[in-house]
Amino acid sequence: MYLTRFRQIGIAALASALIIVFAIACKAKNTVNGYVSLPEAQKKDSLASIAAFKDVYAVLMHPRCMNCHPSGDIPLQGDDSQIHTMLPQRGPDGKGIATMKCATCHADKGVPGENTPPGNPSWHLPPADMKMVFQGKSARELALQLVNPDKNGHKDMQALREHALDTLVKSGWNMGGNRESPPLTYEEFKEVWYAWIDNGAYAPNK
Amino acid sequence: MALYTINVNGTSHQVDVDPDTPILWVLRDNLRLLGTKYGCGIAHCGVCTIHLDGDAIRSCAYPISEIKSKKIVTIEGLSETGDHPVQKAWLEHDVPQCGYCQAGQIMTASSLLAQNPNPSDDEIRRAMNGNLCRCASYTRINRAIRTASKDM
Repeated sequence: MYLTRFRQIGIAALASALIIVFAIACKAKNTVNGYVSLPEAQKKDSLASIAAFKDVYAVLMHPRCMNCHPSGDIPLQGDDSQIHTMLPQRGPDGKGIATMKCATCHADKGVPGENTPPGNPSWHLPPADMKMVFQGKSARELALQLVNPDKNGHKDMQALREHALDTLVKSGWNMGGNRESPPLTYEEFKEVWYAWIDNGAYAPNK
Repeated sequence: MALYTINVNGTSHQVDVDPDTPILWVLRDNLRLLGTKYGCGIAHCGVCTIHLDGDAIRSCAYPISEIKSKKIVTIEGLSETGDHPVQKAWLEHDVPQCGYCQAGQIMTASSLLAQNPNPSDDEIRRAMNGNLCRCASYTRINRAIRTASKDM
């Protein structure tokens, strides 16, 4: 009798737990604007992580991000990601070579105007010994690269998380002129970036 | 408008201009240093090249607010009597055709040779890629830089 009652209570508790977990998973499932951050205890949710990365990937592959993560040693340029005019080279530190450094044309702050070079104090490509290529990478390849300290600029997960606050990353949303912005706002990007990492930084299947 | 003190060719100047004014226009309009030319205004042609703390930069792309205490050298200040090795080689090879781009070409070439006194042909080509010459005197430009490198 008691055993049956305990069993009923146990089944009811299990069912409640399943309903709660299901509800949280549904809530966590990402839409561009609708992601709700989970409490610490509920993190490491692979579905939520992968859903968030879909939006992260859309931003990272946008010209404003990808143009400085080219597969070659010359940056890309413009909304059509063409090879940068004047063919400036990456150089060992990613800041160009000799008289063709990034800072030759990109000042700390640029001159206002439609086609003037955007400014930033730390304008650079990834260095030659760790090129951190985005161009041509699948979502899976890029996610795996981003979490690998040997390929992501020696960043642990905390440093990777904080990379969203980098001034050069932020400048992707403030390039000036008529340059197209990434598909999410900067605040939306931070949300999905943190959601991807905080839920376990899982890589999609492809 | 704002007041800025800038060092140009070893002399200190005070100018009252808008903070976004490209240094090119301060040099030309305020200081009347007309050797630095205006070409495209968007850092695509290299005609307006000057040195900022020794580095070649496009003066049309640098607002005066970003110059701060850095030292500017223009074509007028490259040498006192026009005898910088690049200037001498320019004459020797009779480089200019129309001559409009030559101040920028010389400023880029002299910055290259200051950093790398013996550049290879590839290094010269890469370093000079941002300086256009509509007369296409590139062959003479490259020869002059090779000649100047022997004098550095």
